[in-house]
Amino acid sequence: MKHTLRYTAALAALLASASLAHADCGIEKGSVRILSNDFLALQLVSAAATACASDTVTVTSNLTAEHKNIQVPALSTNPSSYTIAVVANGSLVPLLNDGLVRPMDDLVAKYGQQLQPNQLIKIDGKVMAIAFMANAQHLMYRKSVLDAAGIAEPKTYEDMVAAAVTLKEKGGIASPLVANFKPGWDLGQEFVNMFSGYGGEFFEPGTANLAINGEAGLKALAMMKAMADTMAPEYMTYDTNSLDPVWTGSGAAMMNMWGSRASAIIDTAGAAPDVAADTVLAAAPTVGGGTIPATTLWWDGFAMAKNITDEDAEASFQAMMAGIAPEVAAANPAAAAWLIKGYEPTPAAVGVFATVAAGAKPYPMLPYMGLLHTALGNNLAEFMQGQESAEQALADVTTAYNTAATEAGFLK
Amino acid sequence: MRHRTFFAFILPSLVVMLLFIALPILSVAYQSLFIEHEQAMTAVETCDPFGCKTELRVDAAAMEALREAEPMGKFNGLGTYANSSHLAFDELAAIWRDSPSLGVAFTRMLNLPLYKALSFTLAYTFIVTPLVIITGFFIALGVNAIPGLIKGPVIFFSLLPMIVTPLIGSLVLFWMIDSNGILGASLQRLLGDPSLTLKASPTLTWTVLMVYGVWHSAPFSFIVYYAGLQSVPKDTLESAMIDGASRWERVRYVIIPHLLPLTTFIALMQLMDNFRVLEPIVGFSAAANATSLSYLIYNDLRGAETPLFGSAGATSMLTICGVIILLSPVLLRTWRDFNRKTH
Repeated sequence: MKHTLRYTAALAALLASASLAHADCGIEKGSVRILSNDFLALQLVSAAATACASDTVTVTSNLTAEHKNIQVPALSTNPSSYTIAVVANGSLVPLLNDGLVRPMDDLVAKYGQQLQPNQLIKIDGKVMAIAFMANAQHLMYRKSVLDAAGIAEPKTYEDMVAAAVTLKEKGGIASPLVANFKPGWDLGQEFVNMFSGYGGEFFEPGTANLAINGEAGLKALAMMKAMADTMAPEYMTYDTNSLDPVWTGSGAAMMNMWGSRASAIIDTAGAAPDVAADTVLAAAPTVGGGTIPATTLWWDGFAMAKNITDEDAEASFQAMMAGIAPEVAAANPAAAAWLIKGYEPTPAAVGVFATVAAGAKPYPMLPYMGLLHTALGNNLAEFMQGQESAEQALADVTTAYNTAATEAGFLK
Repeated sequence: MRHRTFFAFILPSLVVMLLFIALPILSVAYQSLFIEHEQAMTAVETCDPFGCKTELRVDAAAMEALREAEPMGKFNGLGTYANSSHLAFDELAAIWRDSPSLGVAFTRMLNLPLYKALSFTLAYTFIVTPLVIITGFFIALGVNAIPGLIKGPVIFFSLLPMIVTPLIGSLVLFWMIDSNGILGASLQRLLGDPSLTLKASPTLTWTVLMVYGVWHSAPFSFIVYYAGLQSVPKDTLESAMIDGASRWERVRYVIIPHLLPLTTFIALMQLMDNFRVLEPIVGFSAAANATSLSYLIYNDLRGAETPLFGSAGATSMLTICGVIILLSPVLLRTWRDFNRKTH
């Protein structure tokens, strides 16, 4: 509660300060319409952009977890329902596939002095999106619990599983390890992480042909199964949201959780101050003797709709520049791992930046990656529950992917 | 009634049905015959905050030209129906060829997405429907027997499971059966097994989903039967009592025959509803152990960032065929009864 209050206060303060200074946005006129996912950092960005509204400028925003399902139809109309789509590496792809976003090079040159080079998402040399925060799943663990059992911070998945077994046998913790293993997007993402950690390539280079059916795939599945064996029997129903109460209720000792959740998890003013103070953030572990963390890097940013007037495009770009202004990050440093100029990492961003520094790979932005992700999410559950072999599971994924990719026109 | 008057009476609903039921079904059927155009892809350099690399991208301009020329996509005929996500003819043939025994063949068949979904859908339909009819009937008999003063509140509370939105109802139950929830924890205590969870094994998940299904739909059959009970002829009941019939005999020989047409109606509605089971699977996060035809459609449209309309359309048409096959015995029976009565 306190937590919510504090951010509400921060939002209100930001809104007030920005609306006092709305001439600073420097927008003459136009309409700005933002479609965005809904979590704290994005709420801050869209609130700051909304403060640019004036007599001649209208700014509206729709923050919803359904944004991924809305964005393609909403940007397909002419003029499109939204001028700005806040996206991540995964969700930019459908917009690119259908050619629904416009390059922003001219706008960056004109109004984007505050941007750093690594914020520009360039495709074929053109700026198609602008990133403002980074995210990744990384290790979080309970220091006192591991210390009590004499276990050092796990650097590899092998260590983590061994630690979990020790904690289970000696520490009397029923479920020392938890993970986002819910079938669907979460389970698919865990495989993507693990497979990347084993150095696997998802596709044959330069084609949409699947290449997961090999050693790296089998090893990734074996490791996920080894993890599952130390977990509570309900592990197949946990996603990011349902893990929150499990962790705060001290039901676990280690997990690989999204960096965007870190500020809430280590917030000592939150629901479980003891657990929060005891939680340590670290880079995602490596696996199988690999050198890079077994996770994927994500960015959140914004793209601009193609089917809008140039006037609205200028207004929208300027409003978003106010939304991701250095002051926004400076006022709310703990809200995200910002990529914005002048931002100094806070304790909440330690895990994400350690993961980036350790050389983790970004989540692939390939046009057909989403189809593979879905196929993985739908076909690994039976293996995880011991109902079929790893070979069969990968074969099922391949069949499902091939069918879907053929229907979507990526395979013949 | 003259044919013309009859037609005039039925015309408005006929128009509405044509517009909002027949036309959408036709468009879904048409859509299911098409797949996306072959994607034109080029390799381009992509840079993000974590580095640059050369990757394949869809050539959006080329694709737009293609879509402009043929907006429906590429004609695929019945190909989508036959592919491995649907009826999977090739896979079935391979299983038939390679399996050492019928048992193995059956297990392998249930590994195919559509047949896996169909197995749960049919089990759910044929277990939940009779249970709903029986449970509803006994609740109705019970409620009918209680004194008038508390009848109103009892009816209201009996209807609650149906009033609660299915998704909310299943979520509430889902949290209660969690091993930290009131039902889950009590069961663990009661059976002395701390690792027991209703969410883990396929059998238990199926059981929970079906119990939920009965809980949610029983009020429907209850209220229909309760209404029917009000119309049971009092004099027949009284003469049965004079003849010395026990309460059970009165139920068996007077009430049940009287309510039989209602049973046909409830069975029809429930078969249709249960065959399209979706919300509990989503609410109970049960997709690992149980999928249904409707869940496949939902997954095609919402699971991926790019919806697979053709695939969803094909599954929809197969579902409609399933409902027709399922209902045909009941419909045939009603038709025969109708003919017998009119001739």
